[in-house]
Amino acid sequence: MAPAISANKLTKWFGEGDLRAFAVREVSFEAYFGEILFIVGPSGSGKTTLLSMISGILRPNSGTVAIDGVDIWKLASDQIAEFRLNKVGFVFQDYHLFPRLTTAENVAIPLILKKQNWDESIKKAAYYLEIVGLKNKAELPPVKLSGGEQQRVALARALVSQPDLMIFDEPTASLDGDTGRRIMDFVKNNILTDKRCILIVTHDSRIFEYADRMMKMEDGKIVGIEKGRND
Amino acid sequence: MKGILKLAFKLLVNDKGKYAALLVGITFAVFLMVQMTSIFSGILAKASSTVINLGAKVWVLDPAVNNVANSIPMPDYVLNAVRSIDGVEYAVPMYSGGALVKLKSGVFQSVTILGLDDNSLVGRPELIEGKIEDIYAENAFIVVDDAEISKLEHPRTGTEFELNDHRGVIVGIAKVASSGLFGIPTLYTTYSKAIQYIPSTRFTIAFILIEPKSSDAIPHIQNQVKRLGYEALTEEQFMQKISNYYKYKTGLGTNIFIMTIVSFLVGLSISGQTFYTFILENLEKFGALKAIGIKGKELVYMILFQAVLAAVIGYGLGVGFCTLIITIAKLKVPEYSANITFSTLSFAFVMVLIIAGISSYIGIRKVLKIEPFDIFRS
Ligand SMILES: Nc1ncnc2c1ncn2[C@@H]1O[C@H](COP(=O)(O)OP(=O)(O)OP(=O)(O)O)[C@@H](O)[C@H]1O
Ligand SMILES: [Mg+2]
Repeated sequence: MAPAISANKLTKWFGEGDLRAFAVREVSFEAYFGEILFIVGPSGSGKTTLLSMISGILRPNSGTVAIDGVDIWKLASDQIAEFRLNKVGFVFQDYHLFPRLTTAENVAIPLILKKQNWDESIKKAAYYLEIVGLKNKAELPPVKLSGGEQQRVALARALVSQPDLMIFDEPTASLDGDTGRRIMDFVKNNILTDKRCILIVTHDSRIFEYADRMMKMEDGKIVGIEKGRND
Repeated sequence: MKGILKLAFKLLVNDKGKYAALLVGITFAVFLMVQMTSIFSGILAKASSTVINLGAKVWVLDPAVNNVANSIPMPDYVLNAVRSIDGVEYAVPMYSGGALVKLKSGVFQSVTILGLDDNSLVGRPELIEGKIEDIYAENAFIVVDDAEISKLEHPRTGTEFELNDHRGVIVGIAKVASSGLFGIPTLYTTYSKAIQYIPSTRFTIAFILIEPKSSDAIPHIQNQVKRLGYEALTEEQFMQKISNYYKYKTGLGTNIFIMTIVSFLVGLSISGQTFYTFILENLEKFGALKAIGIKGKELVYMILFQAVLAAVIGYGLGVGFCTLIITIAKLKVPEYSANITFSTLSFAFVMVLIIAGISSYIGIRKVLKIEPFDIFRS
């Protein structure tokens, strides 16, 4: 079985000529189904840039990314969009929920983009809202929910299309310690499966214990990968 | 696709404030545009009312004549010359002129007198009271039952009045397809009576009405009339000429045109502005949709759908509102002239689609430009 992620000499720079600055420099690593991989490092070290190249959001200047054996940056742009839709679940730091839709409709968006029937999508969304413990909030607009609840809505939206790869950027940055740990417990116990790989970028040392492995970045390079503390 | 459009619909409609502002902008623009163009179209139709009502296929007139009300009389030989043109089935003279009548109450009222050819009565109106033959009786006039008839103090058959010291009597009441622009009543009589009652210049034929043998003969007739130094126009051409006169020579057309453009611009700026704010406010969300995996063209469809939806609903509201106002105005003011025609509606629809097009174009450009990476990084 191919690794969930196989990155090879991924490089991204911004600016040209004298202004060229490397955000990520020849990064190679592998990640596997069934693990939670943390990416940590100081601000500006290139974590988000790396995550974006892996998840088909940002095209690298050089290097390759294979997800489950598929070299994604060889795909046409519509196919990359489809790859993201089918294989990747994103949980953005500021959630990016639509304030004018109900939480159920927000969660159903990936299914609707996959052209599934509206009512069935809403039904499935309600099911995932139940999984994240928000069964009775399905009809509310997201603004009526607390930060932790909104985070869980974003989680349900990422989950609903049953992605192979889940990407979290700073999932607990705006949550208090307890809520953050509860979310991470949930991720570890209910979302992680042996067919899924979870990538989490974070500064939050309170949740480091949930990592299977931790990858440290500095200045656009990987400076070390260590086993998490929970094994 | 259906689901994506439903999503687009909810995103727009659930934003009630902006949706309302968008509709108000478009409705307002449509209302004004339809109102303006309908008034103009109403005026044009009224300006051509005599042409419509007489129903002659070909009209001979002095080339300098721009509308029926101000005719330039032609000498009699023109009539004879026209009659001898190949392809002319028959040609008859027609009198058209203004006069003052003195009503029973002593009030003077100006009227339009139309004198029909004595032999044929070509162009005779349809009567709702009286018999057409009565027009030959002494002093006989037929009054048109249009919006202006009340100005003659509600005449019936037998009502008398004075016209240049002649006695006049109403022998019939006619209905016509279109009433006139100038807000004065119309009386029909015979050609001979008209020139007898109304002091005339040396020439008395205002128009010559031609019935061609076939429509193929018309170009030839027109050529021959041109050689005489006059102009032969088909009914449509004459109406067009009258329209062009009001459109281009009176300032009326320019004013209406400017007002219409202003309405368009006001509507465009309200709706364009609102739609743009709507897009800007949702820009990050559209970026998130992109990250999740929506395709570029699906985003374009969503935004186009939102713009067109608002445009069509606003159009419906605008037209409905305008119809309502015009209907009420017509009930209150009989001579109010506004015609909502297929062309005024189509014109407004095209303008509204342009508003939707411009608004969504700006939005689409903005949305296609955002990088999901920037959303992710924020
Ligand atoms: N669009 C861009 N244009 C120019 N420079 C950029 C752009 N995006 C990122 N960079 C630069 O690339 C470097 C890496 O940025 P990145 O966002 O990946 O860091 P990060 O490790 O995620 O930081 P943080 O922990 O603050 O989120 C930074 O120096 C940043 O300034
Ligand atoms: Mg970052």
